[in-house]
Amino acid sequence: MYGLKQDWEAEEEARCLVLEDFESLTPRWCPGCGDHAVLGSLQRLARDLQLPPEKVVIVSGIGCSSRFPHYMKTYGFHGLHGRPLPIASGVLSRRPDLHVFVVTGDGDCCAIGTAHWIHAIRHNMNLTVLLFDNNIYGLTMMQSSPTTPLGNVSNTHPGGVPIGPINPLEVTLGIGNASFVAQTLDWNPLHLYATIKSAHEHQGLAFVRILQRCPHFMRDRWNDLQQDTAGVAVLEHADGIPVDDAVRRLFPNIRQHDPADLGGGRHLATGEEGIPMGLLYRNPESPRYNEITARGLGKTVADKLAGLEAELDRFAL
Amino acid sequence: MGEASQSTAAKPAQPDVQDVAEHIVEIISDSGEGAQTAGQLFGTVSARMGNGVWTVEIIPAEIEPPYRSRAGASGNRIRIATDAVSNMGEAADVVVAFNEQVPYSRIDVGGLRPGTILFLESMWAQSPDELIRKAYAEALADFRHRGYEVVEVPMNDECLKVVEDPKRGKNIWILGLLCALYERDAAIVQMLIERKLGRKGKAIVESNMALFNAGYKWAEQNAPWRFRVAVKPSDVDRVVMNGNEALALGIMAAGIEVCSMYPITPATSVSHYLAARFAKVGGIVHQAEDEIAAIGFAIGASYAGKTAVTVTSGPGLALKSEFIGFATMAEIPLVIIDVQRGGPSTGLPTRVEQGDLLAALFGQPGDTPNIVMAPTTIEECFHFVITARKLAETFRMPVILLSDASLATAQQPFPRPSAREEWLAPPVDTSPWQQDVAPYAWDPETGLSQRPIPGQRGGEYVVTGLAHDEESHVAYESKVNQQGLKMRRRKLATLARSLKPPTVYGDTEGEILVVGWGSTRGAIEEAVDRVRGHGHKVSSLTLHFLSPLEPGLKEIFRHFNKVMTIEICYSDPPEAGEGRTYAQLAFLLRAQTLVDVDCWSCVPGVPLPPRVIEAAIRERLPDHEQIPEVDLENVPCTV
Ligand SMILES: Cc1ncc(C[n+]2csc(CCOP(=O)(O)OP(=O)(O)O)c2C)c(N)n1
Ligand code: SF4
Ligand SMILES: [Mg+2]
Repeated sequence: MYGLKQDWEAEEEARCLVLEDFESLTPRWCPGCGDHAVLGSLQRLARDLQLPPEKVVIVSGIGCSSRFPHYMKTYGFHGLHGRPLPIASGVLSRRPDLHVFVVTGDGDCCAIGTAHWIHAIRHNMNLTVLLFDNNIYGLTMMQSSPTTPLGNVSNTHPGGVPIGPINPLEVTLGIGNASFVAQTLDWNPLHLYATIKSAHEHQGLAFVRILQRCPHFMRDRWNDLQQDTAGVAVLEHADGIPVDDAVRRLFPNIRQHDPADLGGGRHLATGEEGIPMGLLYRNPESPRYNEITARGLGKTVADKLAGLEAELDRFAL
Repeated sequence: MGEASQSTAAKPAQPDVQDVAEHIVEIISDSGEGAQTAGQLFGTVSARMGNGVWTVEIIPAEIEPPYRSRAGASGNRIRIATDAVSNMGEAADVVVAFNEQVPYSRIDVGGLRPGTILFLESMWAQSPDELIRKAYAEALADFRHRGYEVVEVPMNDECLKVVEDPKRGKNIWILGLLCALYERDAAIVQMLIERKLGRKGKAIVESNMALFNAGYKWAEQNAPWRFRVAVKPSDVDRVVMNGNEALALGIMAAGIEVCSMYPITPATSVSHYLAARFAKVGGIVHQAEDEIAAIGFAIGASYAGKTAVTVTSGPGLALKSEFIGFATMAEIPLVIIDVQRGGPSTGLPTRVEQGDLLAALFGQPGDTPNIVMAPTTIEECFHFVITARKLAETFRMPVILLSDASLATAQQPFPRPSAREEWLAPPVDTSPWQQDVAPYAWDPETGLSQRPIPGQRGGEYVVTGLAHDEESHVAYESKVNQQGLKMRRRKLATLARSLKPPTVYGDTEGEILVVGWGSTRGAIEEAVDRVRGHGHKVSSLTLHFLSPLEPGLKEIFRHFNKVMTIEICYSDPPEAGEGRTYAQLAFLLRAQTLVDVDCWSCVPGVPLPPRVIEAAIRERLPDHEQIPEVDLENVPCTV
């Protein structure tokens, strides 16, 4: 071990990874749950990009969606409710060789984990963050979440949620140093895949809100959008998320949006032009904290011993 | 010459030379006047000459207290002795004050006694402000009435003879005065000043030395005493630092690369130090958005192979508790440093208490076995971090290090460690994982297992805080849960088996055995010496491991008529009867040993002076000896 020049130096041999190399336990989500589709997309992406499973870490919080890591045959961290972002930041801090994905729910991210959400966006570490937004607390059985629509009946609000939701896109776009904010739908696998791929390729924190079906507790939630696809505003641009022809055929409302345009992105986030699907904002120039946390990684044992000796000398009597 | 200089003590041809085994000196000023620097330099010169030294900071209660105020005293207390010193002692022998108001904050806490020599800046007697002149005259009369030996010193005028602006540099003039009084070696001072100020240029060094020499000369001509605290020079290289600096250096020496924190007094200065110096060994300080994020980040880094440290104090420890439990459950190594302050809640933010012991042991829901260790000296603050990281990794669990506000700012010299390669964390192992070994392949005897690190091919697994089997698969079966809890608990038993029974300070049998932990050790041992001096068979014992407890306690306790703890936390007196609240260590020892362990503790917010501990012990002797001047209900604070 001491002979290694760097912490993660190891020889790579040629290998060909297939889908099964990323498949682990059988998912225990309800039939029709949107989480299945995201899992499938990420497994395919990992296969297509030939990401070595040992270099992939999926960090999640607690919730139905946060069971995700158990179903990927990679490294995984099924953490605490609301806290996947600090954990993932720590994982990446000294391991720039790892591909770190974060899976979080609307309760996980936008309620108990709100502080971490805001600061993770600000820190802009090189993470792919997938917000599974089913507008409800699934795991704990249908309590209201911060994104549950006004008036929606839940177990904690049997008379309907009395206060309107927060909009995760607007919030994220309001945080200084945001660098990649996108939205997609779990029921459009092509766009879902393309979005996660762009997010993964982005250098910095890519925040992807996935509108997620929860047939168990929110059966009719996205019916309107599924029936009238014109309610979705597909965002298209050369710098955006590629729009496949099949997507184009399904969604009539296609809009040109330059992801460099923050004001335009913020307007689209409101939903006034339709539920946005695509890349709302991207700023590759936002400083990345992971470049700061990785400083000093190259120090050798000799460097460290010399550094410590010099420190001790400063306290010499 | 003004009035003040005329009233200076008569110039004796031959000063009164006293040989003393130890002395306590305080330098106090408004904050920002440099008393702390002078105090530290005085301590360093003394240590270098071969005295035992313990230095503590006197910190004002507010960040910017009003000028010339009672609450504003800022400075240093330096206790020097022929032998090693382990605590801050009691009332001061010599006090140097920059104005007549600051001594009151020391008087209020029992820092002075009749006979204390008080060198007082006399410039205020000629202040253009009548109110100040009046306040000065009143205080002077009061000090004399209280029995202090007041020496008025025209510090300002004397400094003006050497420099234009005495505000900068009066502290060094005072250092000169003290060095003359204690016959300190001026060559050492010169070296220290060069080291401290050399970078600012020769002129600065020279003007400081001129101030030093002027102060020295003034004292030689005017101070009627000399105090000789015999020195024991040694060839051993030594360092001097405070507890938080020692923790920071320990973090560097342990090869830890990530310190993840959220600011909280009195722990923050550990990360201040690291923020400035950690890069020298390749480390980083992460200031998180709160304590939860701080520990989450640390756990993430540890999971990825870089055992991290998070540094906090009581309120932060409370916030971290869910994550501590997670690290225990998922068996992720982690070092947590809690520099304790007064509690509960926001409590006494800058002051000492040992009130987090049980929270560290039992603060997490469920059965959460963790290692809890406590350094008792500045030197141990350094070495324990190194041990803590190793234990965390070997036993795959969190290690909580309990320091406190007293160790945090106290300075004590100790032998200079030399950096060792084996202290450093090995680089992350990314060699392939042995396919057939589960991520929690618990050894049934020891509970130990080896963990795969991301990057190790074939080791892919998912850590979870849910109940899990050896494969880390979520499992709710009763048997699996029972097994997991047993294995995690067994690790502590394994560690306990590798520990030696603690050594008793003094005879291994007798009347009373005093048990303590952490920063009170020095004062307890000094108190025990004093009680033995009165002919009583009293010994003491200090615990360094609180979880697991060091072995053999019951056997040690058997040889004493009475076992009692001395702690800085709340407890009821024995009269409280059946519902008595015991001090935390006593509570633990009673539960663990079934011995009827008694206790004496209190929460003055300051280190316990040896005299108070002596009184507490003597009161527990069969004939309940009293020390009349010590009121155990109302413990004096000397810092
Ligand atoms: C500290 C803490 N508080 C509460 C819970 C209970 N809890 C688990 S998941 C959850 C909400 C999950 O909702 P969401 O994040 O939207 O995930 P989903 O199940 O919808 O995917 C709650 C409240 C917990 N596990 N930990
Ligand atoms: S409850 Fe909803 S979110 Fe949870 S698994 Fe079932 S469908 Fe999915
Ligand atoms: Mg949800």
